[in-house]
Amino acid sequence: MRKFKTFESIAAYIDRKNIDTDAIIPKQYLKAVTREGFGENLFDDWRYLEPGNLGDDHSLRKKNPEFFLYNPKYRGAKILIAGDNFGCGSSREHAVWALMDYGFDVVISTSFADIFYNNCFKNGLLPIALHQQQINKLIKVTGSNENLITIDLSNQIIQTKNFEIKFNIDARRKEVLIEGIDDISETLKLSDKIKDYENKKALKTPWMFNS
Amino acid sequence: MKTLYDKLWDEHHIHSFDNGYSLIYIDRHLIHEVTSPQAFEGLKQAGRNIWSKKSIMAVPDHNVPTKMRENGIKDPISKIQVDALDKNCKNNNLLKFDLEDIRQGIVHVVGPEQGILLPGMTVVCGDSHTSTHGALAALAFGIGTSEVEHVLATQCLLQKKSQNMNINVVGEMPNYFYSKDLALLIISKIGTAGGTGFAIEYTGNAIRNLSMEARMTLCNMTIEAGATTGLIAVDEKTISYVNGKPYAPKEEEFKKASEYWRDLKSDEGAHFDKTIEIDVSKSSPMITWGTSPEMAVAVDDKLPDLDDERFISKRDDLVNAFSYMGLKEKQNVNSIELDKIFIGSCTNSRIEDLRVVADIVKNKKVAKNIKSAIIVPGSGLVKEKAEKEGLDKIFKKSGFEWRSPGCSMCLGMNDDKLSEYERCASTSNRNFEGRQGRLSRTHLVSPATAAAAAIHGHFVDVREII
Ligand code: SF4
Repeated sequence: MRKFKTFESIAAYIDRKNIDTDAIIPKQYLKAVTREGFGENLFDDWRYLEPGNLGDDHSLRKKNPEFFLYNPKYRGAKILIAGDNFGCGSSREHAVWALMDYGFDVVISTSFADIFYNNCFKNGLLPIALHQQQINKLIKVTGSNENLITIDLSNQIIQTKNFEIKFNIDARRKEVLIEGIDDISETLKLSDKIKDYENKKALKTPWMFNS
Repeated sequence: MKTLYDKLWDEHHIHSFDNGYSLIYIDRHLIHEVTSPQAFEGLKQAGRNIWSKKSIMAVPDHNVPTKMRENGIKDPISKIQVDALDKNCKNNNLLKFDLEDIRQGIVHVVGPEQGILLPGMTVVCGDSHTSTHGALAALAFGIGTSEVEHVLATQCLLQKKSQNMNINVVGEMPNYFYSKDLALLIISKIGTAGGTGFAIEYTGNAIRNLSMEARMTLCNMTIEAGATTGLIAVDEKTISYVNGKPYAPKEEEFKKASEYWRDLKSDEGAHFDKTIEIDVSKSSPMITWGTSPEMAVAVDDKLPDLDDERFISKRDDLVNAFSYMGLKEKQNVNSIELDKIFIGSCTNSRIEDLRVVADIVKNKKVAKNIKSAIIVPGSGLVKEKAEKEGLDKIFKKSGFEWRSPGCSMCLGMNDDKLSEYERCASTSNRNFEGRQGRLSRTHLVSPATAAAAAIHGHFVDVREII
C-alpha cells in the first residue's frame, strides 16, 4: 500500500447524511473482477442522467450539471466533506476503491459506518471524524483556491489559512497509513501463535475443525 | 461475569497488540462471487497460500439468474464473475455449491442450513448481512475484500473489541407482527447509526419465543442499525436446529458440542455499556416509507409530519426522501400503490416466510395493477421443501412467479430489478436510493405485509384482511 503523505488540496462538500455504499458505487459496477477503474462511476446515479453499465463508455453518457463534483470550484478536490454516517450499508470495498480512483485521499464526516471505516485503512484512504461545528468551519472554506486545506496526518492537523483543527485517530491506524503497512505480512509474523491456538482448540472443540 | 460477546471474543482471541488491537481467529469463511475475486487475485500476486481450506464455503448468489437457469448466465460480465469464483474454488479445492447443486442459494441461508457454521464460531463473509448468523450465537460479521484476503491468508483478523449493547424485548409479539417488523421498529427507534461500535445482544421473552428462522431475520437486520454483529444466546431451540444438519457434528461429538454450546449466553449480571428495553405487546406491522431503513412507520400510522418537532434535525433528509419516493407528508400508508412485489433475500426467504405468504395469498389473486410479483426462495433446499408442501402451486395460482434461489431483486445485480420510479413492496433489507434499480422506490416490509399488498395492489394492514 502506498504511504500517506501530507498534502494540500481544496475540499468538496456534499450536504447529505447517511450516504450509503450503494450510492457511492452502484451494484452494476460490482461485477468487475479488478480493483481499478471505479472512479468514473463514483456516485453514478447522482452524477449521470442516464443509466450506465460496466463496460460502457461513460464519457458519452449525459451528465447531471447539478452534481456537486461538476461544480468548477470543486475541480481537483482530494478532500471530501459529507454528512453524518458516511459509508453505511453494504460492505463493498469498491466504495473505497471508487473514492480513491476518483482522486479522494481524505473523507471528513461526523461519523462513519464501521465496515466502511475499516475498509478505508486497508487501501490508504483517511477518514477523519470531526464535530459538526468543526465541519461547519471547514465548509465555509471549501472550494476556494485561496483556501487550500492541508492534511497533516503525522501531526493530526487540518490546516487552513486562518485556523487549524486537531483530529483524533487511532495510533495503529495512523501508522498503517503513514508506513503503508501490509496487515497480512504483519499477521503472518505471528504464524506460530496462530498454529498453537489451532492445536489447543482442536482438542477443546474438535467439531469446529471438521469439514 | 461476561456477556455472550465477551465470551465469544475471549475464545477466539490470539494476541493483543499494545495499540488496542487484537488478533482474532476465524472459524468459518463464507465466500460469494462479488467480493472475492480481487482477494484471490491479491493472494496470488503476493504468492501466498490459503491458510485453512476447510474453513471455507463458497456459493454464487448475488449475480445469478433466477429464471431459466438451464440456459446458463446470459450476461457475459456476470458470467465472468461467477466463472472466476468457480476457477478460484477449483484451483484451491474449496467446498462450493454450484448453480446446479440443490444446496445452492443465498450464502446466509445456505450456511446455517448446511450446519457449516455452528454456535460459538467466528464467522465472516464479504457481505454485511453476515450478522444473520448471530442467531446461532456465532460471532459473525461482514468484512471488506481486503479482509477477505487477510482471512484467506492468515485465518485471522485484526479487530478492536466492540462495546456491548443489550436490546431487551419484552411482551408478547402480537399476531402478524414478525421479527422483520421488530427489526424495523428497533431501527426506527435507535437509527441507522444507533448500533455503530456495538455488538448487540437481543434478549427477553419475545426473543426466546422466536423461531430460529425469525431470529435470523432479526440478526440479519442488525447491520441496518449500524452494528456489525447481532447475537442471541443459545437455548434448546438453537441446539435442536443444529441437530442433524449435514455438516454439524454427530452423535457423541454432538452431545459434547451441545454442552459447550449451552454456556453461550451472557452471565447473570454481566455489564452492558448500553441497554434498551422495548415492549412489543402493542406494536403494529411496520413499513419503511423513505430511503433509509430508519424511515419506518407502523402500518396504521401516517407518514411523518414535517412540522413535527421530533424531525427538526432531520428535516432535509425527510424532504429528500419524500421527493425521491414520490410521497407526501402525513399520507396514509394504505394510499401507497405498488407496481411490484419482491419476496426473498437473506432476510426473508426461508420456509417459514414462504408459509406465511402462502397462508395469506391462498385462493386470492395478485391485484391487476401489480406488474410483477416474484417469490425467490433462499436456497434450492427451501425451494424443494416449499414444492413438497405445495406452496409453489398456491403462489402460481395467485399470480406470483416462482423463481430459483439467489439474491435477486434485493440488490438487482441480475435481471431482477425495478425500472425507474417503480414502487415495490420488498421483504429485503435495504431501501437506499437506487438499491433495486436506478430511481427505484423500495418499501421494506415483512412477508405477510408484502403478500397482503400483492393482493390489494396497495399497502393494507394485514391484520384487517385476515
Ligand atoms: S440477499 Fe441481499 S442482503 Fe442478502 S446477501 Fe444477497 S444481496 Fe446481500
